[in-house]
Amino acid sequence: MDEPSKLLRRSAIARILGDRGDMLVVAGLGSPTYDCAAVGDHPLNFYLWGAMGSAVTVGLGLALAQPKRRVLVVTGDGEMLMGLGALATAAAKKPSNLAITVIDNEHYGETGMQPTHTSVGVDLAGIARTCGFRQTATVRQMRELDAAVTMLHTAEGPVLVVLKVSSTRDPLVLPSWDGALLKSRFRQALLGTQAA
Amino acid sequence: MATQTRGHGRANKDDSGMVTADGPNWPSLVFDKLREFDVCHVTYVPDSGHARLIELCHAANEMKPTVLTTEEEGIGILAGAWLGGERGVLLMQSSGVGNCINTLSLARVCAFPLLMIVTMRGEWGEANPWQVPMGQIAADTLRLAGAIVYEVTEPEAAAPAVEAAARIAFNGNLTAAVLLSQRMLGAKLFKD
Repeated sequence: MDEPSKLLRRSAIARILGDRGDMLVVAGLGSPTYDCAAVGDHPLNFYLWGAMGSAVTVGLGLALAQPKRRVLVVTGDGEMLMGLGALATAAAKKPSNLAITVIDNEHYGETGMQPTHTSVGVDLAGIARTCGFRQTATVRQMRELDAAVTMLHTAEGPVLVVLKVSSTRDPLVLPSWDGALLKSRFRQALLGTQAA
Repeated sequence: MATQTRGHGRANKDDSGMVTADGPNWPSLVFDKLREFDVCHVTYVPDSGHARLIELCHAANEMKPTVLTTEEEGIGILAGAWLGGERGVLLMQSSGVGNCINTLSLARVCAFPLLMIVTMRGEWGEANPWQVPMGQIAADTLRLAGAIVYEVTEPEAAAPAVEAAARIAFNGNLTAAVLLSQRMLGAKLFKD
């Protein structure tokens, strides 16, 4: 069987964040953070550089505290696999404003491209669906991306879209790793200059 | 009944088989402190010692309780809630402290306020030896991870400790943990 076609991660994330509106973005550690930064740094991006497994839970807490704002979590297959329980917790809370996209290259990109469980068929969209996410999808081709972008931006959440991407090595685009700065600028952009 | 305030004094047995402190209504007083500090997100993996406080939080309209599959999820959720302008607390048993270690770096490196209330196992009168290894290192583990630790052995000290922890956590963007001893909670005796 032929290898199914796959997306290019940078162009897929550029499409998803291209018209982000007032969306709040949480990026998981490693390449998802670089992919989001490559689209253009933004004060309403919160990048994780560690605490692996936390992207979905940070997005969930933000979605619960800001129910009128769309919250998008951008993470990778490695981080998602480390925190699968968070999908159950998010599904139990059912925040209608929470969208998750998993950039799935089927490898641990930061540590030498060792294969992850998704390389042998573990189905992250299926796990989210059976946890109780309202909509899920796995996207392999650019022509499927339009529907996925619409789902991530507007469908009633929680929704999860897996982007099956080829395992390219893209140029590093590194945002600040000063966590306190990232936190304070996010809060000021969202809550006003009195917040820190 | 109201005069007995020491957990290691006279004890009762409640419906869940726990031997409980016959003291003041500390869960209600702790709940009041959480409200005083505008805590609304209550994330938890349940423990018998937290059962009453959890009930109070579920019964209160202004509280947003979230059950976790594992304790470190609470650190992420509370960081996200703080990004969104809201405060919370993480409730867990001492065994959950070990699950949290790496994720505590999120609170520390980003200076997120983090308030935790930990009910102890493996510490005083424990019947189950499997609880002992983590229970014995819970306080030191939290300190090594950068938390300010308040160890409470008597029920009347619980709410003041939560007040102290909440004040420094939210004023100072620090991690603070209140550890509630089995001396005040009583020990699970595995009897019908």
